[in-house]
Amino acid sequence: MLWAVPALLFFAVFALAPLGIVAYLSFTSWDGLGAPTWVGGANWSRLLADRDLRDAAWHSLVLTVATWAFQTPVALLLGVWSAGRQRSRAVVSAVFLLPLLLSSAAVALVWKSLLDPNFGLVAELAPRLGFDDASWFSTPEGALTAVLFVLGWQFIPLHALLYQGGARQVPDVLHQAAAMDGAGTARRFWSITLPQLRNTVVASSVLMVVGSLTFFDTVLILTAGGPGTATTIVPLVAYRTGFEGFEMGYASAIAFALVLVATGISLLLVRVTGFGRMHSTREGL
Amino acid sequence: MSELLSRRALLRRTALGAAALLALEACGSGPRGPGAARALDIWVWQDAADSVQQAAVDRFNAAGAGRARLNRVPGDGYEDKLRVAMGSSRAPDVFFNWGGASVKEYADAGKLLDLTPVLRANAAFRRSFLPSVLQAGMVGDKYVGIPMRGTQPVLLFLNEAVFADAGVRPPRTWDDLLALVGTFTERGVTPFALAGANAWAELMWLEYLVDRFGGPGVFERVKNGDVRGWHDPAVLRAAQAVEDLLDRGAFGNSFSAVSYNAGGASALLSRGRAAMQLMGSWEYANQLAADPAFARDGLGWTTFPAVPDGRGDPEAVVGNPNNFWSVSADVRDRATAIAFLKTAAEDAYAEDLVARGAVPTTTDAAALLDRSADPAFARFQYDLVEQAPTFTVSWDQALPSAQATAMLTAVQKLFAGQVRPAEFVDALTALPRG
Repeated sequence: MLWAVPALLFFAVFALAPLGIVAYLSFTSWDGLGAPTWVGGANWSRLLADRDLRDAAWHSLVLTVATWAFQTPVALLLGVWSAGRQRSRAVVSAVFLLPLLLSSAAVALVWKSLLDPNFGLVAELAPRLGFDDASWFSTPEGALTAVLFVLGWQFIPLHALLYQGGARQVPDVLHQAAAMDGAGTARRFWSITLPQLRNTVVASSVLMVVGSLTFFDTVLILTAGGPGTATTIVPLVAYRTGFEGFEMGYASAIAFALVLVATGISLLLVRVTGFGRMHSTREGL
Repeated sequence: MSELLSRRALLRRTALGAAALLALEACGSGPRGPGAARALDIWVWQDAADSVQQAAVDRFNAAGAGRARLNRVPGDGYEDKLRVAMGSSRAPDVFFNWGGASVKEYADAGKLLDLTPVLRANAAFRRSFLPSVLQAGMVGDKYVGIPMRGTQPVLLFLNEAVFADAGVRPPRTWDDLLALVGTFTERGVTPFALAGANAWAELMWLEYLVDRFGGPGVFERVKNGDVRGWHDPAVLRAAQAVEDLLDRGAFGNSFSAVSYNAGGASALLSRGRAAMQLMGSWEYANQLAADPAFARDGLGWTTFPAVPDGRGDPEAVVGNPNNFWSVSADVRDRATAIAFLKTAAEDAYAEDLVARGAVPTTTDAAALLDRSADPAFARFQYDLVEQAPTFTVSWDQALPSAQATAMLTAVQKLFAGQVRPAEFVDALTALPRG
């Protein structure tokens, strides 16, 4: 029990205490100067009626679902492939994992300059590929796709690594037995690897979903929520409200609501998928 | 502008660096004892023109009257970083701001030093600034700011080579402007470079259009707290004019990805990919830093055109009267801070500003204009501001920050085509009271 004290203290000071303060601030009006004034539930009733926030919540939801749908298959295939023993696998895997070493801000900045419709690489490439120009990246769909792609580029390696570890846990005998029964690569993937990776899929999905709800830096740097408010997500609204509008109370209400929703969703995911009652999927072996 | 990295990323590094510096300084100040004064901590908005402030600090330190250190804070995070610092016990001693309304919340919270006694006691210092500009640094009946840069009217900048190629002249009326939009789009040139990633750059269009359609009274009413002022027909007409420009492709089709702070809009203009840009007069200093040859020979400028049936005076300007130094109320060394403020009235300071293409708001600036990087540009600005019947302060600087932030969101939605003009007006009237 004593060993847990440093970790618990750290958690209390850097996670629980700020959370408590944010919860308190959400019932106040505070511009960052002087003392917060208690306003009761005013911020919370404003939150329920805020149309811009509702739009942002929708964008967050779209981004979360799309992130999962895009990253999961790619990371799964990449991870399973890199768990094998092919020639030059180690070298290629190392290259794939490279984005993991870079900071989010650096990744977003590099991609922002590459995807700049006026001065970026895409502006050079678009005419050669038969497009008039690269303005597609400044449409709402284009901006969202760019965000999805960059986030994928950045985070797929992490999830691929999870799947690689998971795939390596699958006993060879299962594959050998299946091969003896005449199963090909595809059949073995669907009937052995995927079911065996069930728990890895759940772990990776929870990480993705909770991570997507709290994306911030990449979106801020890449699109700043634009064009218009097309890629403005909930954390960005909280930031703008708090640090541009200096309505710390309302910003805290938005942030706390996000904490509640993200916690709720991750609990739900764990419950529904049985992640909490994790048991060996290799029974009978 | 020199830095192409996001200012946000730089800010994060600067913040870390500043924290480290503070920590070092805290260690370093111990042995010198309580008598040794800490360097005056001065914050300035980081851009191509801040070398003028650096030179002032260097001269101040060399003169031996006190010790000061300039902290160049990246623009994108300037206001939030300032707010956090002002709310803490680590407030800067002297800091850059936009005057009056932009520091009202600090003044109301008792965070600013009242400079009225200083100006009253020192008539020569007071008289060295244009009264109207000094007034823009007031909150209520107190002076809280000392003008420290050039005056910043918003102007219509143009690329003269692009105009010559098309054989056209700068617009004088709204019809001229619309005709130019047609001419340039046909020639494959974007008529107006617009830094759509920065809502304040889009806002400039509305500020001028509302002023031209309805005169300065429309925004004045809103600024004084009457939100129904947004229902003035001039606001709707201005929003409709913006929608019309968007429909005509006046800003091209990828402006939402163009950032001013990263130099995008200015590069479009200097490279001739756009014909014009509506921007504050600081555009000149930024062009001078990024592309000196273009700033000297290719950059043209004119006033915002008159609009049909407009009630506003076509000579009126919008923009920022100037930037200001303010002093924090808990300044550690008041005498040094006030001594530093006086550098803003020195000839050497005004000369540095002029050499950067700025027009200082000191009373004897007119005599210096011939020494400007571009005397014609300096003279143009000086005359424009002097003859302007009104100088409307940028809306985002004149409104409380909560309202300004929500207003900028509405502006971005209008320019992105997410809302129609009527919905835009409705969004403005629903701004939070802050």
